[in-house]
Amino acid sequence: MIQTVLDIVAIRKDFPILNRKVNGKPLVYLDNAATSQTPQQVIDAIVDYYSNYNANIHRGVHTLSQEATDAYEQARIKVQKHFNAEKAHEIILTAGTTHGINIVANGFAAILQPGDEIMVSALEHHSNIVPWQMLCERTGAILKVIPMNLEGELVMAEFHKLLSDRTKLVFCNHVSNALGTVNPIEEIIDSAHKKGAAVLIDGAQAAPHIKADVQQLDVDFYVVSGHKMCGPTGVGMLYGKEAWLQKLPPYQGGGEMIAEVTFEKTTYADLPHKFEAGTPNICGGIAFGAALDYMNAIGFPAIAAYEDELLQYATEKLLAIEGLKIYGTAKEKTAVVSFNIEGIHPYDIGSILDKLGVAVRTGHHCAQPIMEFFKIPGTVRASFSFYNTKEEVDVLVAAVEKARAMLL
Amino acid sequence: MLIRNETYCTFGQNLAMSIKEIQEEIIDEFSMFEDWMQRYEYMIELGKSLPMIEPQYKTDDNIIKGCQSKVWVHAELEGDKLVFTADSDAIITKGIIAILVRAFSNHTPMEIIEADTDFIDEIGLKEHLSATRANGLVSMIKQLKLYAVAYQTQLN
Ligand SMILES: Cc1ncc(COP(=O)(O)O)c(C=O)c1O
Repeated sequence: MIQTVLDIVAIRKDFPILNRKVNGKPLVYLDNAATSQTPQQVIDAIVDYYSNYNANIHRGVHTLSQEATDAYEQARIKVQKHFNAEKAHEIILTAGTTHGINIVANGFAAILQPGDEIMVSALEHHSNIVPWQMLCERTGAILKVIPMNLEGELVMAEFHKLLSDRTKLVFCNHVSNALGTVNPIEEIIDSAHKKGAAVLIDGAQAAPHIKADVQQLDVDFYVVSGHKMCGPTGVGMLYGKEAWLQKLPPYQGGGEMIAEVTFEKTTYADLPHKFEAGTPNICGGIAFGAALDYMNAIGFPAIAAYEDELLQYATEKLLAIEGLKIYGTAKEKTAVVSFNIEGIHPYDIGSILDKLGVAVRTGHHCAQPIMEFFKIPGTVRASFSFYNTKEEVDVLVAAVEKARAMLL
Repeated sequence: MLIRNETYCTFGQNLAMSIKEIQEEIIDEFSMFEDWMQRYEYMIELGKSLPMIEPQYKTDDNIIKGCQSKVWVHAELEGDKLVFTADSDAIITKGIIAILVRAFSNHTPMEIIEADTDFIDEIGLKEHLSATRANGLVSMIKQLKLYAVAYQTQLN
């Protein structure tokens, strides 16, 4: 087993919220897949923005506006560098993953013909299913689903069978939020491209753990949320290849996204502004940049290795509890353990864990089709971050044991 | 220490008690608990002793919306009294509904319509529930009252 190279004690000091008590108990925050906590460095960036240079961007002649514009565009470049996009204008700063997906879905409404096919995976988050259903209703395109197996892995043989010349678009998450499965997106992207289909990868759950290189992946679109990677809520990224972004029509109309407006005709601004109508989340964008700086300073390989250690440890300890079953046992997984105890509703376990200071998610995790597949109402999901510790895993395990004793 | 109230566990068979009296009894019981743990343990016990709804009534129509767990409630007139049976797939939720069934079942629809629900706040139930569960609790009370209104209309 790889030994921890991170200085977890020092890292934890960066996160003020980790000192909190919940119901009189020290907070054990294991709901990182829903949203991550925010380090002081990012909080400082937010405070600095509002304390020193809050102004609207891209339109002012005054100093504050210049400073805010520079900082915002700097943040875009940080995002570009992080995901290794070729050009800064291929980075659209969005409100988050859902927003990015909707920009692409809306754009494809102008491209798809009746009878065209869109493929989604069975492992999707609702935000990655509903926009495509809406798109199919609008265009007459047909939705195909890549099935999953009992381990929570995509059945790639079926994917290859479903893929055809009619396939125009494939959507898949890089990592499943409900189960933590890392999907073989390289294979999906390569095969889809061979049939001329575009690929959108939902990186919301991958981005906190894996640094994706969009050029190496050759992916057409990649979307993430800042709030899952130590940034604030309400900001995210849509990466799109330049050619695609030029081809897609804008999503929302408004200020910032126009070049020229007359009542006869408006011409759209160049990328990325074409997709950034209205005043954006300026502070959020800047803080997102600060979050990437923070995570990169720690280093993604070290983060991934340490989280994997936590995952192995938690898996082993939890499986020792009688009647506990883990859902999602893919070979490639991020630090997510989705589980149930036989005869107990996940919601009951979650309620007791909360009383013991342990924050987990319970329910269907916005992935009802997955729950239906396993014929369960939901799971308890513990999701780990690099600031969690083995001691916290022990607290979780003891709390689950206590809940089991109370509830059975 | 887990306090177990025999009257309670036989499900409020003391039919002479008014809704108000039953509620006061519940408040008394809950005031004896020292911490949330005892409350939860008690609610879990209550959940386990809830009179089960007949399987044929566990239909989608009888599901109360607004709960993360499923809750089914069935109401039937026995004489002039409305009798509730219920079930849930989650045990703490079952405990909550058991408290409500105990407070409202076996009373006339009019008594149920007119009954106060302040006792919920007094036993500190809401503050010990997650937001979704607290919403579920509100939905449950609303549903019991709606049944009473429906049966009252029938009686008229
Ligand atoms: C895989 C996945 N996709 C999309 C989303 C939606 O992200 P957001 O709510 O930030 O738009 C989430 C968030 O839970 C997710 O886990």
